Amino acid sequence: MSVEAKHQPGLTRPGIVRRTAAWWGAWPVAQMLVVAAVIALVYLLGANASATMQRLGITPGFGFLSHSANFEIGESVIAFKAGDPYVRAILAGLLNTVKVAAFGCVLATILGVALGIAGLSGNVLLATLVRWYVEIVRNTPLLLQLFFWIALAKALPPPRQALSALDALFLSNRGVYVPAIMAENFTPQTFWLLGLIAVSYGLFLFAACRRSRLGMRRGLLATLVLLIATGFALPATGASIGLELPVLSGFNIRGGHNLTPEFAALLAGLTVKFSAAIAEIVRAGIQSVDRGQWEAARVLGLHNGQIMRLVVLPQALRVITPLTTSSYLDLTKDSSLAVAIGYPDLVSIINTTANTTGQSFEALAILIGVYLALNLSVSFLMNVYNRRVALKGVHVR
Amino acid sequence: MSVAESASLPSWRISLRLKPLWNGLFGTPLNTVLTILTLAFLAWLLPPLARWLVIDATWSGTAQDCTANSGACWTFVGAKLRFIVFAFYPPELQWRPLLVMVLLVSLLTGTALPRFWRRATLVAWPIVIGLCWLLMSGAGLLPAVSSNQWGGLPITLLVWTFCFGLAVPLAVLIALARRSRMGGLRTLAVLFIELMRGIPMVAILYVAMLLLPMAVPGGQHIDKTMRAIIMITLFWSAYVAEVVRAGLQAIPPGQEEAAAALGLGYWRTMQLVILPQALRQVIPGMVNLAIGFLLATSLLAVIGIFDLLNAARASATDPKWLGFYDETYLVAAVIYFVLCFGGSRYSRWLERYLRPARR
Repeated sequence: MSVEAKHQPGLTRPGIVRRTAAWWGAWPVAQMLVVAAVIALVYLLGANASATMQRLGITPGFGFLSHSANFEIGESVIAFKAGDPYVRAILAGLLNTVKVAAFGCVLATILGVALGIAGLSGNVLLATLVRWYVEIVRNTPLLLQLFFWIALAKALPPPRQALSALDALFLSNRGVYVPAIMAENFTPQTFWLLGLIAVSYGLFLFAACRRSRLGMRRGLLATLVLLIATGFALPATGASIGLELPVLSGFNIRGGHNLTPEFAALLAGLTVKFSAAIAEIVRAGIQSVDRGQWEAARVLGLHNGQIMRLVVLPQALRVITPLTTSSYLDLTKDSSLAVAIGYPDLVSIINTTANTTGQSFEALAILIGVYLALNLSVSFLMNVYNRRVALKGVHVR
Repeated sequence: MSVAESASLPSWRISLRLKPLWNGLFGTPLNTVLTILTLAFLAWLLPPLARWLVIDATWSGTAQDCTANSGACWTFVGAKLRFIVFAFYPPELQWRPLLVMVLLVSLLTGTALPRFWRRATLVAWPIVIGLCWLLMSGAGLLPAVSSNQWGGLPITLLVWTFCFGLAVPLAVLIALARRSRMGGLRTLAVLFIELMRGIPMVAILYVAMLLLPMAVPGGQHIDKTMRAIIMITLFWSAYVAEVVRAGLQAIPPGQEEAAAALGLGYWRTMQLVILPQALRQVIPGMVNLAIGFLLATSLLAVIGIFDLLNAARASATDPKWLGFYDETYLVAAVIYFVLCFGGSRYSRWLERYLRPARR
């Protein structure tokens, strides 16, 4: 703190001590006591837990992560077999959670937006149907819906009599079979090419955004051209890309991509539950735009599609985006219900880990840490976005 | 009915009331197409559903009759309804959970009516919930029933009201700390809220199941239901606190300044000026939150407490009535739906009711 600051109060910024004291506020000692009491309580509980663990003959700490896990995981994105270390099991669980949450977000958004638009279509019958769908889905517990979906998935006919749609999608009691995208024979050149394409596309988007010249239509067109060009260029490097349809052969279905009944049930449950939430958000967002905006745009001579795209949606998105993001977060959190229907997500693996090692303290700490990191990073990005789209001059806390 | 026919229909034949409906169904070509597609969808969906629910259903008889028929097995529901609602509670003492349900429902109905929004209702909450707990457990006067045997709808309602009732006062304190000018308390409140809102409820239940017993001083045994209640209360209070904070933010700063000018201290300002206005604004939000919480109590099934959903599921594992999952889930779904749909209607009514007073 400089000498002038003391001589001329108010002209310079107060020093760090002053600012901290001002931030800490009134009743400094009492506050410190409260904070100390909370820390002491947490410490006491932690110490107790650690003492209990020692009494049970468990060493506290994260050393168990490198021990071998003697359980199998039903399905996993990365290869996992009994005997691999716990850290790999937990990673497999995390990837399973990410997988179901990512697919769930995409599908729930597609279905939810479609339902939201259907609800606003002006057709009385369709709107009533959507209304009832939303009410029924919203007012029954997700876990109940998951139990229903898993019961349904298990009650499907065996592969030989599998229900099929367009010979591309098979529903059977061994899971759902969907067409798989096969990418084979990747050579180093292929990876170079893909990397090059990704970098140039990123640069293109960056440049376009900076100069804000990129219209929706031209951007999509450019992306499409790039995709087609990639499709032609890839075989030149020796790689082959194709669609593999599942086929019924003998007592089983071969080929395609198999979604296990658990995954399919969880995905269906999350999609349906959150499509209702997103439909409501879309409806509320579009209805939040004042009628006057429609009327004014019509006076300017815009047709309905233009009004929607240029006037209503940009304003509605201000309401829709934050709510949808929090829906995505809820969906990710709710994917933890997987544990009740036997899908090996993060919570389920953590539970198994806690039960087999007895290290429940550490296992739960990992669980909480992962979810917290995920949530905080998304809400940080969301705050940045909100600040950018918020009306200028209006300060929303 | 074809489009041409609708166009040729003289407009005076359609009464004023039916006109908007007609336009809503066949007003434009697009609407007509949508109506026809929706009708086709309903024609595909409804007949099999009706067959399963009513026409092919078994209304009396035994499990063998049910397996012979392709429809729903309502005899199963008739036989197991007691179990779905009360689970493993001793049947001869069934009047106790029944009374608990009556008490809780009247408490909730009373609280819902603006006529009863007074101090006596606040006092009634802890008394009624305490009474319900005594009734369930017996507590010396009546034959004791261990909480392992509690189950069904009473436990769902009891956990819900118990946790929500505890979470609201806690949440008000947390929201005040979150909004206070005292940095230390504010930081604690922010940390607590972000921690609780960042993790799934299942994780909280696992903390209650696995961690809490180890962390309790002296290794005392706390009942499983009680542990779940403690952790759920903490978890929900973070969500309620955010709603209360929204209400606090909506109060213009002039109110607090005026109260300070009158010489009121912090607590009297909050109690007499700020909180009555802020809480009134967030009542509909709290009701919506409470509905979400009622649905969330179904997660108790994950840690093996026999709440309504878990009891419903267990009823289909009875060897005599094996595998009637669809029927039992439908019954549970109807119970949840009636409670929550009623709640959301009430919340909408409440919003309208409270609006004039706000201005």
